[in-house]
Amino acid sequence: MNDNAVELKERLAQKTGPGYWRTMAEFDGVDSVDALVHKEFPNEANQLLDPVSRRNFFKVMGASMMLAGLTSCARQPSELLVPYVKPPEELVSGKPQYYATAMTQAGFAMGLVATSYEGRPTKLEGLKEHPASRGATNSIAQASILDLYDPNRLDTVSYAGNISTWKKLVADMQAGINEVDAEGGDGLRILTGTVTSPTLGWQLSQIVGEYEVASGRYNKGAAKYPKAQWHQYEPEGRDNVRAGAKQAFGGYADTVYNFADAKVVLSLDSNFLMEGAGAVAYARDFAASRDADNNGGHMSRLYVAESTPSLTGANADHKINVRYSDVETIARTVADRLGIAGAKPAADAGSKWLDGVVEDLQAAGGASIVIAGEQQPAVVHALAHAINENLGSAGTTVTHIEPVEVTPANQMDSIKKLTEDINAGKVKTLVIVGGNPAYNTPADLGFAEAMLKVGRVIHLADSMNETSIRSHWVVPQAHYLEAWSDARDFTGTVSIVQPLIKPLYGAKSATELIAVLLGEENPDGYEILTRYWKFQLGGSSFNKVWKTTLAKGMMGDPKRLKKVNVKCKSNFGTHKVAETGNGFDVLFRLDPSVVDGQYANNGWLQELPKPLIKLCWDNAIIMNPQTAKDNHFNHEDVVELSCNGKTVKGAVMFQFGHPKNAITVHLGYGREEVGPVGEGRGFNGYALQSSDSPWFATGNLKPTKKKYMLARTEEHWNIEQSIFDQGERAEERHLIREADLSFYKDNKDFAQKMGHPSPERDMTLYKPDEKAYRNGEGYSWGMTIDLNKCTGCNVCTIACQSENNIPIVGKEDVNKGREMHWIRIDRYYRVEDASVSDNPHVVHQPIPCMQCENAPCEPVCPVGATMHSAEGLNDMTYNRCVGTRYCANNCPYKVRRFNFFHYQIREGQDAPTLKMMRNPNVTVRSRGVMEKCTYCVQRINIARIEAKVRDQQRGGTPLGIQDGDLVTACQAACPSSAIVFGDINNANSQVSKEKTSGRNYALIGDIGTRPRTTYLAKLRNQNATVGVIAEPAVNAHHGAAHGAAHGADADTAHGAEGGHEEAPHHEEETKH
Amino acid sequence: MESKTTHPSLTPTAPIMAPGHSYESISREVSDVVLEHNMPRAWYLCLFGVGLPLLGVLGLSTGMLFWEGLGLWGINNPVGWGFAIVNLVWWIGIGHAGTLISAILLLFNQDWRTAINRFAEAMTLFAVMCAGLFPLLHVGRPWAIFFILPYPNTMALWPQFRSPLLWDVFAISTYFTVSLLFWFTGLIPDLATLRDRSKGVRRKVYGAFALGWRGSAKHWFRYEMAYLLLGGMSAPLVVSVHTIVSFDFAVSVIPGWHTTIFPPYFVAGAIYSGFAMVLTIMIPVRVLFNMTDFITVRHMENMAKVMLATGLVVCYGYMCELFYSYYSGSEYESYMMTNRMFGPVGWAYWCLLLCNMATPQLLWFKAFRTKAIPLFCVTIVVNIGMWLERYVIVVTSLRRDYIPQAWDSYAGTAFDWAAYVGSIGLFVTMLCLFVRFLPMITIFELRVQHHEMERGEIR
Repeated sequence: MNDNAVELKERLAQKTGPGYWRTMAEFDGVDSVDALVHKEFPNEANQLLDPVSRRNFFKVMGASMMLAGLTSCARQPSELLVPYVKPPEELVSGKPQYYATAMTQAGFAMGLVATSYEGRPTKLEGLKEHPASRGATNSIAQASILDLYDPNRLDTVSYAGNISTWKKLVADMQAGINEVDAEGGDGLRILTGTVTSPTLGWQLSQIVGEYEVASGRYNKGAAKYPKAQWHQYEPEGRDNVRAGAKQAFGGYADTVYNFADAKVVLSLDSNFLMEGAGAVAYARDFAASRDADNNGGHMSRLYVAESTPSLTGANADHKINVRYSDVETIARTVADRLGIAGAKPAADAGSKWLDGVVEDLQAAGGASIVIAGEQQPAVVHALAHAINENLGSAGTTVTHIEPVEVTPANQMDSIKKLTEDINAGKVKTLVIVGGNPAYNTPADLGFAEAMLKVGRVIHLADSMNETSIRSHWVVPQAHYLEAWSDARDFTGTVSIVQPLIKPLYGAKSATELIAVLLGEENPDGYEILTRYWKFQLGGSSFNKVWKTTLAKGMMGDPKRLKKVNVKCKSNFGTHKVAETGNGFDVLFRLDPSVVDGQYANNGWLQELPKPLIKLCWDNAIIMNPQTAKDNHFNHEDVVELSCNGKTVKGAVMFQFGHPKNAITVHLGYGREEVGPVGEGRGFNGYALQSSDSPWFATGNLKPTKKKYMLARTEEHWNIEQSIFDQGERAEERHLIREADLSFYKDNKDFAQKMGHPSPERDMTLYKPDEKAYRNGEGYSWGMTIDLNKCTGCNVCTIACQSENNIPIVGKEDVNKGREMHWIRIDRYYRVEDASVSDNPHVVHQPIPCMQCENAPCEPVCPVGATMHSAEGLNDMTYNRCVGTRYCANNCPYKVRRFNFFHYQIREGQDAPTLKMMRNPNVTVRSRGVMEKCTYCVQRINIARIEAKVRDQQRGGTPLGIQDGDLVTACQAACPSSAIVFGDINNANSQVSKEKTSGRNYALIGDIGTRPRTTYLAKLRNQNATVGVIAEPAVNAHHGAAHGAAHGADADTAHGAEGGHEEAPHHEEETKH
Repeated sequence: MESKTTHPSLTPTAPIMAPGHSYESISREVSDVVLEHNMPRAWYLCLFGVGLPLLGVLGLSTGMLFWEGLGLWGINNPVGWGFAIVNLVWWIGIGHAGTLISAILLLFNQDWRTAINRFAEAMTLFAVMCAGLFPLLHVGRPWAIFFILPYPNTMALWPQFRSPLLWDVFAISTYFTVSLLFWFTGLIPDLATLRDRSKGVRRKVYGAFALGWRGSAKHWFRYEMAYLLLGGMSAPLVVSVHTIVSFDFAVSVIPGWHTTIFPPYFVAGAIYSGFAMVLTIMIPVRVLFNMTDFITVRHMENMAKVMLATGLVVCYGYMCELFYSYYSGSEYESYMMTNRMFGPVGWAYWCLLLCNMATPQLLWFKAFRTKAIPLFCVTIVVNIGMWLERYVIVVTSLRRDYIPQAWDSYAGTAFDWAAYVGSIGLFVTMLCLFVRFLPMITIFELRVQHHEMERGEIR
């Protein structure tokens, strides 16, 4: 402190004057302060006194302008940077957490495990113990993660198209309720999809009092609005299933099948491997029943009669294509021959196939299943139930349980009634919970027009759709990963739908919206859920059960539905043979990818090739090529399809094995109000549907002169010729190896004797790459794909897409052949006779990277961007890749995928929300680099770290990664367990065991690639009465003995054999 | 030399140079094209009507390609290489004629090469430049293409020496460098002539490039030795470049690519297409620039003969491919050939046979070798045929290989065509600038030739 300050301080101390002053001058008089300043800043002092010097002026002006400039800068938003002072339970940054949850598809639950990174769910897997998923998933469940982050989701409550608030909505809903309160709720209608959620059911029953399930969980008298009505409509129509059960048993009951124990299965137009709530579990059981190696050489036998080709038909041992109406004749004939009274068909549908069916069903007795398709009329279901009962399978392979739905009802009647009531002016307030009835109801109902007449429509919707734009209030619907809920699966098991993330856009769940009708203003989904379960379980029991339920993802056994003992009635009516009109049979089916249209904005599903036809991004008018030719239509011709008095335009698509004079139309396309992904795709099949017969119609086709491009993931050329050529090549090259069970029993290694054998590893001029071949030391990763189990369901493709951040490329690029899927499903039609198009034999073959030990892609890369790892992986270094595409050219399996564009930011994929979805352990690839299957190397490395930690904690000799520690994404998702991955150095691993199977063979191994991914040959279990496929072309000269000769004396043996070996083989080949 | 030319079977039918020329007239006529700037109207048409607009197309399409990505082209997952590689091989093939004419014919003492070697060499350089463009355009990440060079770096990463693409880099860059040096060395005496005949800035520029050439005996001695050495170095390159380019295919496992006949077959094809292209350009040029006195019917005929010979070698290659696919007994090979002939793009195979195998047989007839228009037509057909040949090899082999479900079709897009015609634009522009600024015929060698003709050593 200098003197001046000391002086000032002293003076201040003496001061006794006024206690307040504004400036020093006031305090002490002007002069003294000036003097002080002079002393303090002698050089600058003049300037303070100088009125305005030029220098000073500019200085001040400059400073002012600078400050003025600063004020124009945008103010940085204040952000809170908060570390995890109190981190969420068990969270370690960078380590994923797993939560059990469940997804509903058409109302039925599928148990899932969601992977979450720092609060962002990124991947879904099946919940192992859950009866509907059994640890696997379907493609819809895999793709649902994309829906969560869909940038086109609704992000706000809106009223008449303007942004509004939840509070205003609640006020208006209450106003609506008040209007009808006096009349007991007359005029209030609620429309939902199929409801299996006990909580939502409980809520709805409090409003309308329709909760009539046997347990008596609700007292009807206490309904708040007894005159209000609850309608249900789900396009995935189980109406025929329900009606069939009612016809058979006199009341609603659901049926659960046990395919694992069935020896003979007859599918009456049922696509049970793909459609319906139990498909994933059924696929697993079905695959288990076909596993001849582990079932003591036994295999189940599947007969399929189908009206449109399905994957179930593709997996059948004996399949016939019939008209839709002939399925009933077949069902009646089978029933009649089995001695069921009252089932007599108008004419016996006798055929070799039918003889085989009856023979086998009788022989199998109780170990059989007859299952009818959801689209078949009620009587077929009733007949199927009767046959099952007659054979004694009810109780063994077929179990009836009380209905899973809260209130089973004929949903078509339900929506019909709603429409009629609206048109009669009886509806004042309509609350639509989810769904999109303005789009996905049959056009003849006129629901879309009718709903405009309602005074107040409130729609809970995930994104803006055809129904939302016709509604007054639109409320964003919470994704299942955002909100608490519950649901039952097809066996009646209760799952808790547990959210993993707060609603991204303040979305609300169904229970929260319905709670408003019950008078709550600020409902909380979790509170509603727990309130119900406390009420159900009782307070003390709730506390015990709840935490384990959340951890397990489902309720214990007590909350499963009871089995019911029902007796069939023989009321099958009289059989009327359907007239063969002069039109085409038009079959409506839900789309295998976008289902009823609700997934139209999901790029993964849009780009997923539809089973069998390999079509992406569109629907089509699907018909047999012969039918098309007879009517002078060509592939991709635009035609006018009219039925039920309506007309749509669609493109013709050929499908082999399609019944003649029939066409299949997939619903779910032609969306008008949808996000950019789904916009302008295909045509609307609902516009043709009639509510009386939603799955079948008779229609006519009229040519137009136009063409429409259909993007398929196979060769774009003359489709018929191309598919024929492909089948022929697949046969000649022994890509698919299959045999009948009878042949397999005597020729366990038939697959290894087909075609040229793979050259021995030492059969090279050069020193073999020991690193690549390394066996018995460290890990050596390998995979087997069992063609006998693979059903071709596509879920591996989409599971891989989700795990590995694979972009979509869009329709144009799919058409150009640039799809990015790391694992694809190849499909071959077996060419046994000239009539390929009639009823071909179909085989599916999933193709990931083969991870060749002698990988042709590796030596050709000029920059060494693809190299072999010590564990046998064929690794890609994205950073090093310059994109010459030589590796892709030189890959015999064509599994390498190139980023022709920056696909990760095209097609709207650069939305910030989508970045949250990506797997943080997998590099997001940029434009111009090559990519391909890595055997999920990120999972291998995670497992490696975990195994090391485990070994350290355990002590002793390190065990390393054990079988089961590690599954690839495709393997995890596969419902039929066809994919097995593991360490082939470990002789006890499942993959090692599978590789020792006689069915194990390498795909085009004869060119010396030594692939680490191998295939297990397909088996058929055919009935000699019906006909058995040709025996495989087993080569007597090649095979195991031949291979051994190579091994023993590689150089000389081969030189000598070269000459005489080739000749017989030529004969073999020319015979085909 | 004497005995060779007097052999009856080799008796030339037309003189190597029209009579009535003197040393002075040779120098004047050739250098006046450059110095007097009396360009024919066709030159303007070529440069401003064809060359530069197409060059613009190339620039624009390349810009868009770099901005958007390779997806603008028609390539896809089975067909990873399309027009770009077809064009690369086509241009490299064309680029073979110059060095062959200059180096191999020089070593074999073929005097008729004198009038055409300069032009052919220039054409070679430009063709190799066009070819060199395509690898750059076709890689996914052109900004990282230097990874392919063996440069020292902190990560101690080398390129992969097992990859034929890397061999290509060395082969093509070596070829370009040697060709450029060879061409420039041959230009030095003529540059000095131009320097001496011009004034002002041009004199200085030509003078700078003439590297102080004064025509002393010592200069000539050194020049002859250097030229011969470079010729000796170039000769094996003629064979090596296309051999290595053919390795891109032959080293792979793809049926239709994996063939041992490829190196000789590619080299013959390259010479074949190179000669065709030299003729395509030379036939109009000799008329337009009044060079019929120096580039005579004799030259045309000799080149037509070389085309016929190499064309037959190419036919032999086609026959070999056919035979192998049958005799190998390999299902993949035999189906490759079935597909090539009767598959989705079977027409391309038959077209190429028509262009490359049938059409050149016309050259057995003297009229087709000596008449400008028929010969010109044949060369155009061969140019197209050779492009188709590469298209068939690259595309049809890839679109249907081992796994049938991975097959897919391929079609070039507007951008593929833009890059192709754009490269032709680059070629035309370079040629136009070349004839405008440099003597298209080697003046001093013509003078030597005149001297030898006067002495009756050659006819």
